[in-house]
Amino acid sequence: MEFLGLYHYLVFPLLLMSGIYAVIAKRNLFKKLIGLALMQSAVFLLYITMAKVEGGTGPILKPGDADVLYSNPLPEVLILTAIVVGISTAALGLGIIVRIKEEFGSVEEDVVRELGGR
Amino acid sequence: MNGVVAHLPALLVVVPMLTAPLVMLLRPSGLAWAATTAASLCAFAIALSLTAAVLAGERPDYLMGSWPAPFGIELVVDAVNALVLLLVTGASSVALLAGARSIDSQIEHERQPLFYSAWLLALAGLAGIAVTGDAFNIFVFMEISSLASYVLVAGGPDRRALPAVFKYLVMGTIGATFYLIGVGLVYMMTGTLNLADMAERVGQVSDLRPVLVAAGFITTGLALKAAVFPLHLWLPNAYTYAPHMVTVFLAACATKVSLYVLIRFDYMVFQPNLAEHGLQFALFLMPLAILALIISSAVALFERNLKRLLAWSSVAQIGYMTLGVSLLTTAGVTAGMLHMFNHALAKGALFLAVAALAAGCGGVRLGQISGAGRRMPWTMGAFVLAGLSLIGVPGTAGFVSKWYLLSAAIGYGGYGPLLAAVIVLTSLMALAYIWRVVEAAYFGAAPAESTGRGEAPPALVVGAWAVALANVGFGLSPDLPVTLASKAAGILTGYSP
Repeated sequence: MEFLGLYHYLVFPLLLMSGIYAVIAKRNLFKKLIGLALMQSAVFLLYITMAKVEGGTGPILKPGDADVLYSNPLPEVLILTAIVVGISTAALGLGIIVRIKEEFGSVEEDVVRELGGR
Repeated sequence: MNGVVAHLPALLVVVPMLTAPLVMLLRPSGLAWAATTAASLCAFAIALSLTAAVLAGERPDYLMGSWPAPFGIELVVDAVNALVLLLVTGASSVALLAGARSIDSQIEHERQPLFYSAWLLALAGLAGIAVTGDAFNIFVFMEISSLASYVLVAGGPDRRALPAVFKYLVMGTIGATFYLIGVGLVYMMTGTLNLADMAERVGQVSDLRPVLVAAGFITTGLALKAAVFPLHLWLPNAYTYAPHMVTVFLAACATKVSLYVLIRFDYMVFQPNLAEHGLQFALFLMPLAILALIISSAVALFERNLKRLLAWSSVAQIGYMTLGVSLLTTAGVTAGMLHMFNHALAKGALFLAVAALAAGCGGVRLGQISGAGRRMPWTMGAFVLAGLSLIGVPGTAGFVSKWYLLSAAIGYGGYGPLLAAVIVLTSLMALAYIWRVVEAAYFGAAPAESTGRGEAPPALVVGAWAVALANVGFGLSPDLPVTLASKAAGILTGYSP
């Protein structure tokens, strides 16, 4: 069934929107960061899905087999880069949250705002 | 082209990027500053020679790893990004040269090499965004520059920078993620990441709906990065609480690089291929530009912190640039690109003067700089000169771009005169908020506790004056920016048939 075959394309907006919801609605800075990570995972899923070829194997060619059906390697490589970017963003974000906790004594957005950080 | 000249587009990114880890190892921090400044000046020299090549009619390009163009990453320099490259490398070099003392006083000593390393990464990222012709490569460089600039903004002594940076990080990541989704959708339909190749292939796509969605994601994501009103919420606090020299660097070029990508992507890939897209682009940007101009100028009128006042003014000035671009005429795009250049000059000089004021007065609130005009005549002189350029007084660079913008708006026809009226009105508002600073500095009584403090460190004052005089210089003989901007506009509007 084609509808089920393409269910990744339904999961993608679902993940993206729940990520954005967490970023906007949650007061806790950690939860905001988790929302960001969720958003980025949604994009990873989009790229990996578009690279998949039906019945295709991993894009590794062995000597000898010339006409093997394999998935598109480029988006997978791109997403490898994007994953690294995501990790760096998360690490930096967590670092900033630790510093906020040290300076303001809280990781709740409204408490920090009351203490003078806007 | 042969020898090292052929590699200049790549070296522009490689030099700062490879100096960055080196700088981290350099102690004492004076050495780190020297290495950073040298790398930055080197990048500036490369940008100058690339601009000279562009002005001579060449179009320097570079194939990364010698992979042929649509498959490998291609670096291309034309008039559009030559202008942006000049801004990025110039702003970094001036801020470093003028601000050694200012950075020294604001960043802890043992952390300075790390700070300079982040500075170089930001520089490499911004230059990389401008120089590359590959959509995914733009994303990677965008994240390099963004991550580095979060570190730079948070590096200062003001603890209020931390929540500001967190907001900047969240919004910046959302913007970059949206851009990535858009690039993914276009790749899905065309199978290419090279911008020039993409521009050709989008036209052959039969089902355009994913491309339309991609246009939406890319425009919104980049508008968020470029602080196009009302997506500017991260900007005022990030600029206010950042170390002064970081503000000089980022305010002069960071948002403009994102705006450049927005303009390039839209004019090159979407407008020639999607029916009526140009009109939709204009309808999206023009109302936002007008709102940015009026509302941000009004907020700046009532702001009491000098840095935040100028940050709000930056949001308004981005409005001028997007207004020019959204006219969709060659004259409009020329005005937008020209204002990009001239605003960087004016805002750079203003923030340098503010850094000098902060060093001399111990703060940047209007109450604290009260009476500074008498104690720090040189600093305030540079401030007033740059302020005149921001307002657009004849004889300064700001006047040239305002003039081009006005004639583009009037030549637009329809409600063009109305746009011209908005431009004049908001220039008067700029006059009002610059006047509030001048009034406080020259006619206010000096606060009792700060008497006895004199001029700021000479390097800062000289830097502020140099950039302020550049405003006058480019106001009296605006050949270089005008030639570049009109060439750029010719290229951008030339993509559409």
